[in-house]
Formats: sequence, structure tokens, C-alpha cells
Amino acid sequence: MSAALLAPASEEEVARAVAAAVAAGEPLAIEGNGSKRALLRPVQAARTLSTRNLTGITLYSPEELVLSARAGTPLPEIEAALAEKGQHLIAEPPDTRALFDTDAPATLGGVVAANLSGPRRIAWGAMRDHVLGVRFVNGAGEVIRSGGRVLKNVTGLDLGKLLAGSYGTLGVLTEITLKVLPAPESTGSLALRVPDLAAGVRALSAGLGSPFGPTGAALLPQGAPALGLEGVTALLRIEDFAESVAYRLGRLRDLLAPALGTPTLLDAGTSRTLWRMVREASLLGATAAEAIWRISVPPTAGLVVAAALREEFGARLLLDWGGGLVWVAGPATEAAHAAVVAAARAGGGTWTLFRAPEPLRAAVDVLPPEPPPLAAIAARVKAALDPKGVLNPGRMRAGF
Amino acid sequence: MIALPPPKPEVLARRDEIVAALRAIVPGEGVIAEPLRLRPYETDGLTAYKQPPLAVVLPTSTEQVAAVMRYCHENGIRVIPRGAGTSLSGGALPLADAVVIGLMRMNRILEVDYDNRLAVVEAGVTNLGITAAVASEGFFYAPDPSSQLACMIGGNVMMNSGGAHCLKYGVTANNLLGVKFVTAEGEVVEIGGRHLDAAGYDWLGLITGSEGQLGIVTEVTVRILRSAEGARAMLAAFRSVEVAGAAVAAIIGSGIIPVALEFMDRPCIHACEAFAHAGYPLDAEAMLIIEVEGSEAEQDMLLGRIKEICGRFDPISLKVAQTAEESAAIWKGRKGAFGAVGRISPDYLCMDGTIPTSELPRVLGRIGEMSREYGLQVANVFHAGDGNLHPLILFDANDPESTRKAEAFGADILKLCVEVGGCLTGEHGVGVEKRDLMPVQFAPHELAQQRRIKSAFDPDWLLNPSKVFPLEGDAGAVPGQPLARAA
Repeated sequence: MSAALLAPASEEEVARAVAAAVAAGEPLAIEGNGSKRALLRPVQAARTLSTRNLTGITLYSPEELVLSARAGTPLPEIEAALAEKGQHLIAEPPDTRALFDTDAPATLGGVVAANLSGPRRIAWGAMRDHVLGVRFVNGAGEVIRSGGRVLKNVTGLDLGKLLAGSYGTLGVLTEITLKVLPAPESTGSLALRVPDLAAGVRALSAGLGSPFGPTGAALLPQGAPALGLEGVTALLRIEDFAESVAYRLGRLRDLLAPALGTPTLLDAGTSRTLWRMVREASLLGATAAEAIWRISVPPTAGLVVAAALREEFGARLLLDWGGGLVWVAGPATEAAHAAVVAAARAGGGTWTLFRAPEPLRAAVDVLPPEPPPLAAIAARVKAALDPKGVLNPGRMRAGF
Repeated sequence: MIALPPPKPEVLARRDEIVAALRAIVPGEGVIAEPLRLRPYETDGLTAYKQPPLAVVLPTSTEQVAAVMRYCHENGIRVIPRGAGTSLSGGALPLADAVVIGLMRMNRILEVDYDNRLAVVEAGVTNLGITAAVASEGFFYAPDPSSQLACMIGGNVMMNSGGAHCLKYGVTANNLLGVKFVTAEGEVVEIGGRHLDAAGYDWLGLITGSEGQLGIVTEVTVRILRSAEGARAMLAAFRSVEVAGAAVAAIIGSGIIPVALEFMDRPCIHACEAFAHAGYPLDAEAMLIIEVEGSEAEQDMLLGRIKEICGRFDPISLKVAQTAEESAAIWKGRKGAFGAVGRISPDYLCMDGTIPTSELPRVLGRIGEMSREYGLQVANVFHAGDGNLHPLILFDANDPESTRKAEAFGADILKLCVEVGGCLTGEHGVGVEKRDLMPVQFAPHELAQQRRIKSAFDPDWLLNPSKVFPLEGDAGAVPGQPLARAA
């Protein structure tokens, strides 16, 4: 792979590399550190263009709540810089190293290009919600800016949102500006043992529909035995000033107790450990040979999806976002995949084949197909940004 | 004045036939073609521009919108989508040969789902109407533009509207789950849904704030949130803009995220006080309204900390509301700011740039100098938490010279916003108003990129023409031909 790896150290060189690929008619695989290479479809390209050498924080103004960094900057470096000023990444993107069995840390560009968000998404929005501005190289080798470094901006089309979640198929992100926020002073959680998933989602809905503002609402069908939580467990998290955390957890406990039983209070340390396990989906307990899907549905449909997939292939599950994000682990077979697709559709939501051995990823749709009018628009938008189709062909959809 | 593309003579010539065809799609009172009844649609919140359309159609269903779009597409007719017509940037300004599709009759709340914390509403439901429908259960819809009593959710989606509480709750884009979208060709597509984070390209994110350039939204699924236990405001007044700015930075730096953090300069304080008698300190150069949320005890804790921080900046006055009534009194002046300015001047232009918050002193200093140069007064309201600046330029619309100066002054302010690292518009949209300033913020090849994406949705450039993109380079503009002028 290294012989065919282009890893320019400047935006101009990225632009030149793309222009050269266009001239040669040779498509490029686009990546940062390649930590999510096993996500979605494998790209058929002789050469890989990596942003891993475009590194460094270019602007950090804590009092203005903005941070800009080059796309290849490792996420841990950004998280460390923020922590030094008592701030954090709002969407809490998951560290997917364990899931994808790699040592390479995710880059900022990779996390934005995949629009990956963690548990806090339910309260504070997705990764893409905090993208204030982007610089990217389009498929014609031009450097394009969209958005900026201010928190409120509706000037022109929001290409930052279009690029977020486009997995490098519309442009090569070179620099990203994010909104960041003060990290909460403290945190704590409630863990409630429930008889079944339905009771669990009821508990999460009660918490999320309360005035107390939980920033995490997950359901652990297998509990978290390593932390002493056995059986189906509903989790609610509060993050705030210490006084508020204590107050709000108490009010939530009083809210849940009469109908659903008294929850256990988890201190800040246990809470942090546990939510990391939720965020990284390690509680799913997927084996290396298994496939992992992420299904996004309305929260009350999450438990229906979960029940169906348990019955279909004994799926192991982890529910986040109030029950609306269903992580599924199961056999890497087309039959299991078909069951996931059917369940997500029945639940009125969407699905992603998040991880699977290459043969399955190459054989099936890894994302839901779009309705024909939208597919036609998508093809034209792709052509508008990448007219020669040199950027990450086949990464999201076959022949695209 | 802003140039508009010349009407297509072949469309004007077919007026009667087009009106008849629209009446076949939307029967009864749903098609307006009489000149007198077209008058209410000739302008929007940017009243300096007026242009009656060819016809107005007021559909009552997505199917009717789709049929109208299909007909217009097949016949090369330009389309102007319209909600309540509150756009301050001329986003709903018609063209002489265009059909206005008004969504105000699509005003039903279709579903409220508290378990999944969402509401499905038609595009013509007002912003405040959503909150009103869920308030009895203690819920609300977060974005709160100042026009929220009148403005409609379809327009909010198209302009990505903000409000005073964005620092905590985000703008429209952050509070949507899905839309029913009608393409330029008249196809109906569901985008997003009732779940978070649709897989694949983020069409919802691209459509939000696209100012009617990509298609029409007829139904919207919004997130609804449970209201906090309570909210309370405080007022802090300072001797200079610089000091007030430093206080804002210190509040943010302390880890507190107020739900609102509003800044007013001296002229604005005076105008609001004369109007609302809110007890604002008239000797202050700058004033902050800071609001926090939570239980009574949490409010006390947060307001106590903020008061302590503000106390370090030699404040002229610090007033912490003790009750909801006192809180409302503090807000009264700010909420009436536009009306208050309207009382001291026959007309005003409300600008809408965003700047890095640290640039506030420099920007207000420069605006003050410009005010003297142009001989026009200006009052500044600023969403200090997010950098969104609303200078209100006072002028007299009956005096062409005053109008010309006000527009030039406004353009200079927006150029300054871009120069200091900000942008042309924070929440009002580009519309026609800022269209010709787009090259200040974007390079030609960047505008060309945006145009190509627009073309992917609207190949014939029939949707809301003459907005957002400078006319040169539009598919609809004929090179070398003189452009018509708005009346």
C-alpha cells in the first residue's frame, strides 16, 4: 500500500494530487489515517490520497468557542488541546480503534467525513451540527471554502453539512472549524435495572422528556457486568456543575422510582468509564468475525427493531440516543444483513453496515438506497463536485 | 437598487393560460391574479423592494404543490416560494413573470409525538404555533427568531433561522429531523424522517438555509424539547464596549453557557428605554442581558457566579431579576428594540452580519466612524454569545439620497464583518439584499461551485431566481443584456 500512498503536507499539494488524478483518469481512495477503512465499502483505486500529513491546530479561541485544525490532525491531539482549556468536542465522537482493530487514531477529517457522534448527540447535536466551516479540495482540484469561523452563518449553501458524512466522495477535507463548548465540571449517571427493553425505553423517554436535561440515554440489554450492572439496564447521564449534577440526578431518581423502581447512582468516575463503553460500543461485545450495523430509528421503534433482530439471528444489541440508535452485532451473512434492512425499514429509519469482512461489504448495499428522484439529484451533485468521479469511487455505493 | 432579471416575454404573454392551468390544479380561492389582490405579495420584510408577481397560488396539499411545480417546470415558469413573507433580506421578493407559491394555507399540525419528542407540521405553521401546540405538556420548539409570531416553519427551514437562544439550543438546522421536499420537477421526496442522522448524504443539512434555491418544503418534522424548570435574566451595564466584551469572554471562559447573552450599545439602550421604560441605565456605553435556566436554586447559583464575574469589570449597574416578572421587565426593552428604533426614525435597515466576538470593540468603533461619515445614526443589537450583529441604520425612505446612503452604509458594515473574519449574514439570509455582496466573501470559483450544486437540483434555474447568487453567471441572465430594475 505504501508505494501507492500519496500523503501531501499542504493543501496546495492535495489540490495538485487531485488534479493529476483527473488528468491521468485514475481514481483515488481518500483517507486520513485509514482507521475507518473497514467502514462501508472497499474502494477500488490504485492509489490512496491521505490527509495524515495535514496536521495541526490552526486557530483556537476558547472564549469564542471555536477551533480550527487541518484535516489530518489526530483527534486525541485536539481533545487534549481542548481539555487544557476546560473545553470539549460537543458531539463526543467515538474512538473506533477497538471496533476496527487498528492502532491508528482517527483524524478530525475522518470523523467529520463520517459524521460520527457519540451519546451526547441526543442532547447537543451531531458532529455535523458543530462544523462551522470547511476547506476542501473538490474533484476538479480546486480549493473551496464554505462557512467560516463564526457560530452563526447562513451565507450561501452549507457545503460543510453536505461534506460531513460524505466519506470523501464529494471533496477532500483539508481544514475544519468546529464550535466547541466548555466541558462540564462534573458528571454522574443513574442505572436502572428493568425487566425488558420496553420498560427501558420508557425510562429513557421519561428522562429525556423531563426538564432535567440528560446528556446521555442508553439501554444495555446485557448490562455491564464488569461494572456490577447485571441484566437489562437503562442509563441516564447528567453533565453540569457539581451542584446541578447532584440536584438533577436526585430529581430524575424521584421521577423514575414510583413506576420503574429505584435506580442506582453512579459517581463521576464510574459514569465516565461506562459512557466510554457505550460510546465505543464495546458493550456490544462483537467478535472479530461478526458484522456490526448501526440502525437509526425513532426511539420507540428501537425496541421493536431490537426484538425482531434477536428473534431473526440472536443479535446482540446496544441502544443509545434514547433507544433510537441501535448497535447490532451478528453473523456476517447476507441473510442477517437482509434482516437488519427489513427491521430498520419496518421501524421507519435508516441503517449502516458499520463493520463487516470485505466480502459482505462488497456484496451488499452498505447504506439504504435513495428514492429515484433523490438518487438522480445525488448523481448530479456528485458530478457538480467531482465531475470525473476520481474521489473515493464505490466508498458509499457501488458504481458511485 | 438591486437589478432583477428581465421577465420572459413568452411567459408574460401566456398569463391568462397559466392562471387557468393553476386554477385547474388549485380550485376555488387558491389562485390570485387580480392586480389589486396581488399587492400584498409584491414585497416581504424588505419593503424597499416591490414587484407584483404574475400570479399567486395558495395550495392546501403537498400534491397540489407538486402539481404546480411540475406545471411550472414543464412550461419554463419561474417560481417564488413564500411563507409568511417576513424575510428581511427579500427572500420572497417576486418577479413579474413568476408564480408565487404561498404555503400559508398549509397550516396544520399533523402529529405530536412526546415519546419520541417530535412534531410533524405543515410548512405554513408559524414558529410560535409549534411551541403553542406543545406548551401544555411543558415542551417547546427551540429556535425563536424575533418574527416568531408570524414567520412560518417552512420559511425557517429555507432561511435556517436563528434567534436569541442559539448559543444553547442551536439554529433551525440543529432542530430538524426531516422534511417533505418537492423537487423542481415536481417530485415528492421524504428527506430524513423521525430519526437522527439519516445515512448517506446530508440532504437535510444542505436544504436547510438554501433560501428556496433547491426545492420547496411542504412538511417539516421538528424536534421538540422539554422546557427547563425555569429561566431568569440579569442586566449588566458597563462603561465601554471593550469592557462589556471582556465580561462576555470571562463568562464564557468560566464554563457557564447562558441560554441568552444579548448586547446593546448606547443608542440602542436609549431608544429601548424611551420606548419600554425598562429601567435601563442611560449612562452606560454597553449593556448585557444574560439569561440562565434551571431550578430556582440553579438560577441563583449561575446568576450569582455571573454577577461576581461582571463585578470584576467595574459595572455601572448590575441587576439580577428575583422573579419572572422582573426578568420579563429586563427583556421588555430588548424585545421591543426594533419597534423602539422605529419610533425615533421613519425607517431603519436591519443588518445581520456575524463577527468573531473578540472583534466587537473594533467593529463597533468602525461602525461609529462610518455613522459620522454617512451622517446616519445607527443602533447596535448583538447576540454576544454567537457573534451575530444587528446594526439598525436609521434613514428616511422618502428621501432617495438617505436611502442610497443607508444601503451603502449597510454594505460597508457587512464588508467589515467579512474583513474581520466573519460573514455577510448570520440568520437573515442573503436574499436579494446581500446577493451582490457574495463576491466579498467568496471567490468566483467558490460561487461557481455553489451554482453547480444549485443546478443539480434546479437545472433550469426556475426556483427563486435573482436571490443568493449574483446575476452574472446565472443560467437565467443573458450576457450583455441590460438588467431590469425593481420598481
